Amino acid sequence: MNGPFDFALALGDDALVAAQRLAEWTTRAPEMEEDIALANIALDQLGAARLLLSYAGELEGAGRDEDALAYLRDDREFRNALLVELPNGDFAVTMAKLFFLAAYQLPLYTALAGCSDERLAAIGAKARKESAYHLDHGALWVKRLGDGTEESHRRMQAAVDEVWPYTHELFAADQAAPVDPATLRPAFDETVGSVLAEATLTRPESGWAPAGGRTGVHTEHLAYLLAEMQVLHRAHPGAKW
Amino acid sequence: MSASPAIEAGTVSAREAAASVVDPEIRVITIDELGILRAVEEDSTTGRITVTITPTYTGCPAMDVIRADIRRALAVAGHLDAEVRTVYSPPWSTDWISEGGRAKLAAAGIAPPAAVPAAGVVPLTLAVRCPQCGSPETEQVSRFGSTACKALWRCRSCSEPFDHLKAL
Repeated sequence: MNGPFDFALALGDDALVAAQRLAEWTTRAPEMEEDIALANIALDQLGAARLLLSYAGELEGAGRDEDALAYLRDDREFRNALLVELPNGDFAVTMAKLFFLAAYQLPLYTALAGCSDERLAAIGAKARKESAYHLDHGALWVKRLGDGTEESHRRMQAAVDEVWPYTHELFAADQAAPVDPATLRPAFDETVGSVLAEATLTRPESGWAPAGGRTGVHTEHLAYLLAEMQVLHRAHPGAKW
Repeated sequence: MSASPAIEAGTVSAREAAASVVDPEIRVITIDELGILRAVEEDSTTGRITVTITPTYTGCPAMDVIRADIRRALAVAGHLDAEVRTVYSPPWSTDWISEGGRAKLAAAGIAPPAAVPAAGVVPLTLAVRCPQCGSPETEQVSRFGSTACKALWRCRSCSEPFDHLKAL
């Protein structure tokens, strides 16, 4: 990432891919209320993705709109962090991903609301209110499962351990970006530290830190996700209903 | 379709026409009462109407219907040359819901939102009163409800489930 275009694209791709993954839970969540909650959070992410990708398209000035960017790029052209493309796994893995993403997006959008780019500031001011609800929801489940039964604790800890290495990529320093992601790390660490402690979970040691999403080098999971998301648009270009 | 006498007389302003559009997902409240209608302006030379709205949530799926309903209401009132703009700043807040709008929500069984706490203020959680029986003995079932802006609650006194518009 460096200029506003790359930055808006990366953030938009994070939100879009997160929305697509969360939507996979629809009709499959462990209870009705959770089904509705995950669909609502997916919708919020999709809303933010549309604003960010529309703006990225305008900044690029090559005539690509939000649909062209969402549906007509291949995996190597996507700039989302690896965290959001990981498979949903069990419910604990989904909650670990949701919690870590929200703990990053909330300070990100808050910082964005105060940046000098007016459009990004407006998007940040809007999206941070929604992120606060996502963070509440993810934290609630991490605590409930972590401080629950022996089995729920075991699975929540396993989920945190599995997903943790992928959080480091979110904070790779980029001083040319409208908000340097490295500056968001203290807020993230504070949130994660207090929630994991309350959940009686152990914060993993930081070691292996897979990265590559921001330069288009993804895990094997993204191409499958995109194939499902893009097939209709590519099969019927320009279709309306 | 017969127009009302007021419309025939051409007395319904663009502002009144746009303000009369109801929210497609909460049909007891208008977009004006909900606070998402930000401005209605008329170009003094061309007569073109520009309506400015803002979404409650970024992903609100009702926006397309709201835009279409505004254009239809303006056309019925004789304002055929109209444009609907969407802005995101300043972001919508539940504090923008009018007093009349809050009363209509409560009457329809939807508990209206509390005031949004100012930044830096530790929020004091007040009980959400049951819109059916008025009891403060209520509990949240799910913080996400039937639409993006609502949470699902239940009354412990009368056992009725109800929607609560989340403070945002």
